[in-house]
Amino acid sequence: MKRRVVITGMGVVAPNAHGLDNFEAALREGRSGIRFIPELQELNFGCQIGGIPQDFNNIRSSYFDHEKLMSINDNIGYAAVSAIDAWRDAGFSVPADDDDCVDWETGVIVGSGIGGMDTITNTLIPMVSQGKVRRMGSRVVEQVMNSATSASIAGLLALGNQATSNSSACSTGNEAIIEAMWRIRLGLAKRMLAGGSEGPSPYIWAGFDAMRVICRKFNDQPELASRPMSATANGFVPGSGAAVLVLEDLESALERGAKIYAEILGGTVNCGGHRMGGSITAPNPEGVKRCIRATVSDAGIAPTEIDAINGHLTATFADPYEVKNWSASLERGPENFPYINSTKSLIGHCLGATGAIESVAVVLQLYKGFIHPSVNCEDIHPDISEYRDKVPQECMDYPELRVIAKAGFGFGDVNSCLIFKIWENNKRSY
Amino acid sequence: MDEQTIFNKMIDILRLYTKDPSLLDKATKDTHILNDLKVNSARLVDVIIKCEDTFGVTVEDDEADKIGTIGDAVSIIKTKLG
Repeated sequence: MKRRVVITGMGVVAPNAHGLDNFEAALREGRSGIRFIPELQELNFGCQIGGIPQDFNNIRSSYFDHEKLMSINDNIGYAAVSAIDAWRDAGFSVPADDDDCVDWETGVIVGSGIGGMDTITNTLIPMVSQGKVRRMGSRVVEQVMNSATSASIAGLLALGNQATSNSSACSTGNEAIIEAMWRIRLGLAKRMLAGGSEGPSPYIWAGFDAMRVICRKFNDQPELASRPMSATANGFVPGSGAAVLVLEDLESALERGAKIYAEILGGTVNCGGHRMGGSITAPNPEGVKRCIRATVSDAGIAPTEIDAINGHLTATFADPYEVKNWSASLERGPENFPYINSTKSLIGHCLGATGAIESVAVVLQLYKGFIHPSVNCEDIHPDISEYRDKVPQECMDYPELRVIAKAGFGFGDVNSCLIFKIWENNKRSY
Repeated sequence: MDEQTIFNKMIDILRLYTKDPSLLDKATKDTHILNDLKVNSARLVDVIIKCEDTFGVTVEDDEADKIGTIGDAVSIIKTKLG
């Protein structure tokens, strides 16, 4: 029998907020984290805006000592701060370096889409190209290896269960949560920290700019630039940041009297096989629908029980297709469609971190009973105009909110879907 | 440069790499960099690079391999500075 999995802690470093309270306020206010980035202008990018966590150097310095800071690039820093916040939020303390107690029951799966590019571009490439390998120092490998984030977190928290980093492009954060969920379901771990992270390097964003898939027409109006589901959507806005969730075996959470934010009812990943209209850069709609349906089945609920959807919804041409795929998968037309919003309208598309940050948004909405506004789509795309009333433009109190579905899709034709449910004892009495 | 000055500069360098800088308060020439100061062994490379920058010398790999204590490092650097 599968063990039930609940969320008992969360941490987030997003372009519009650091920390749960700030992030909840930002979601409710519809606060944008999108800013003009002068460096992108200097480098002749078409898109000169992005979402970067603000004041992060000061935040990072308040979490780590001088010795650790030398090994913490942006990607690792976002992930590590999120992990420490999530761990403390779950009721645990950060162990001392000389404490030899390893937590064998807890592991970590935190991935990235691209990862430690700042170390590659600022240190690795210049020094190797100048023939200065001998003087490069000891800290490059640990910051550029694919498992850099999970390795760092495991060390900071003395975790002794599985420590790994997954990568599935923009599906990475969701996939990490689903993999962690399975590890607990199968009884292989009591707790798992799960999430995603992505640094804010122009060298990550350049490939997307070259493809003309990121927003080029709103450089002078950054906060209006991320426009999921809008008729004037102009491509996604690149973002960065991280989030980590503490997933826990329900039995363990109840035993220790932990605060329970929500239950993960189900999760599925799949791939469209780059066929039937899918490709390396576009989703096979059949793959998307199968992923959503499999998740509903895994969750053991009827599609009608879904109250809201937090979509992938990036502000590209694909948004109307996504809405229609949801509609077809759930067999719910515009008249009884769930509410749907896009957290990317506020923070841009944080790539490997996006699923994790947006899952934190989902859980906060469930925990507190609200739906955050999906901004910049007052001119809803004509292909989904019938769904207009299901897209909140203002923050909406929703005391009856019980179940939210979350999806993520990525290059490689990969899909992921999660279903979260309010914890059954949550009376929202705070 | 006299031995005491080199020693003091070594202490400043090691301050960057030890997890607990207070361990340097009572450090002597016999203090072992890895065992006593708890410097991660991978960081010895960084300590050597910092020494090279600070003292304007080149420490070859064979010489670096022989550094165990602060005194070992001071001795090698003093010899190089002449």
